[in-house]
Amino acid sequence: MRILESGVGKLIQPPDMDAFREWNREKKSRAMVDKLMTEEEAIARFVTDGCYLGTELYGTVRAPMSLVREMIRQGKKDLRLVGQGVLETDLLLGAGVVAEMDLTYIGLELYGTSQVFRRAAENGRLKQIVEWSNGALTWRFKAAAMGVPFLPVRVMLGSDTFKHSAAKVAECPFTGQKVCLVPALILDVTLMHVHRADRYGNAQIDGISGFAHEIARASKRLIISAEEIIDTEEIRRYPERTIIPYFLVDAVVHAPFGSHPGEMAYMYARDEEQLREWVEASKTEEGTQAYLNKYIYSLSNHQEYLEFIGQERLEALKAAMEGR
Amino acid sequence: MGEQRYNMTELLICVAARQIPDNVTVFVGTGIPMLAASLAQKMHAPNLMPIFEFGGVGARLEIPPRAVGGSRTFYKAIGAYGICEVLETACRGFVDYGFIGGAQIDPYGNVNSTIIGPQYYPPKIRLPGSGGGNDVGSLVWRTIILMRHEKRRFVPKVDFVTTPGYIDGPGAREAAGLPRGSGPYRVVSTLALLDFDEETKRMRLLATHPGVTVDQVIENTGFELIIPDEVGVNEPPTEEELRILREEVDPERFYI
Repeated sequence: MRILESGVGKLIQPPDMDAFREWNREKKSRAMVDKLMTEEEAIARFVTDGCYLGTELYGTVRAPMSLVREMIRQGKKDLRLVGQGVLETDLLLGAGVVAEMDLTYIGLELYGTSQVFRRAAENGRLKQIVEWSNGALTWRFKAAAMGVPFLPVRVMLGSDTFKHSAAKVAECPFTGQKVCLVPALILDVTLMHVHRADRYGNAQIDGISGFAHEIARASKRLIISAEEIIDTEEIRRYPERTIIPYFLVDAVVHAPFGSHPGEMAYMYARDEEQLREWVEASKTEEGTQAYLNKYIYSLSNHQEYLEFIGQERLEALKAAMEGR
Repeated sequence: MGEQRYNMTELLICVAARQIPDNVTVFVGTGIPMLAASLAQKMHAPNLMPIFEFGGVGARLEIPPRAVGGSRTFYKAIGAYGICEVLETACRGFVDYGFIGGAQIDPYGNVNSTIIGPQYYPPKIRLPGSGGGNDVGSLVWRTIILMRHEKRRFVPKVDFVTTPGYIDGPGAREAAGLPRGSGPYRVVSTLALLDFDEETKRMRLLATHPGVTVDQVIENTGFELIIPDEVGVNEPPTEEELRILREEVDPERFYI
């Protein structure tokens, strides 16, 4: 295959498919073992400084916020991060623990650009940014999930997004047309929040699935947090709902309101008030640190966080979520 | 716009909504595109099929979503999938329209939403990045671009091509490997409605907004626009459009 162009971005996490296979053979137990543990234990055991990390879905939607807060609380640092981020990435950048990023979007959607991201990029504190599109990143996970080193795709072509990526343009051996080759992305750790799981890690998600299917299969370690822990018999009753089977999972954390201040489909609405609080606070470095203090450093775990938010407010968020 | 009975956001939504016919699939993001799709669905396009990049397909846009992955993007929807399913649907040519926005646009409809300034890193101003923008602009048949119409935004050359338009002219998209026959279709700006000349693929003025002159559009554009002999004027929002917009599309007035 003739390579016509190469992006100048760094390949932060080069793929090694045989090493991934061997990892999956040796390090991922096929036994149904109880993996239920606290956020504190899961992060301490599986997240290391400098690891390559991903989160799913994103910031204000079914996001593993209790796990992200715990990671910041434990001071995990020099992270290499993939993502689209709305709030989770903001918090990590605000805490100053991200070194390099494979990036598609960091912003606050309707609240505009992310001020912590602007500061981190414009003063060069982030050492490396590599550009991708949402599709390109998801197909990178998909390639890893397929066990192949790259996939040909038809996005990023003819753009500076390509130029500042680590993708390549090649001549297709079958059609002669140009295709963009995106390298498989194998993550060290993924944090994901789901609606329900059993204690072995069999997991169900309601509503859209984002990129849960792909990233779960592209990760060496997978930490699941779930709104509800259910019996395995319930999993077996509806096997078609198991988007993630237990053998992909390393830790299961019971985290009611784990996505707060983000939303959880059919369960609770997002907490607009706290999101606005972040938008305001993140405008300055001092405000950012004050927010992190208030919601992360001064609280010892997710249980304390929920008590701090208050039952009344959480109940109101439940009531605000429309049904089916 | 002083004593107008509508504001600029409402006008943009109405003009954007009128570009979308019935029985088509449309990639929509949050904000104005979502409200335009919702208005179109309630006015002339009841079978408009909105698609959200995180997986929502065919939602009833009864309550405006606040996030592209929010639960309202699949409220009473046809399907709730993931990113791969919806983007691969676009890859196969099933998605007719898509909305994107950006900080800069050039005469060929190339859009920048990544950085402002001559240097990539560290940048003078860092913007969010592609997100789904590059995917939408690469894969849908007709891209509609929403822009604030200012000289510093309508530039001869964008600082960074986040999402390719016609790149540098006729045939360039196909030569780059992008799907044949796809590309920018309309620009809905705060001053006018624009399209792209079939021969040169350069931006052309179609119609000005009510109260805006052709000269005003030219003055606020940093490159030479194609000005045809006849330039239309967009209809102001009708009473019906405004009523539906305010009472049904965004009754909480979260956006408008």
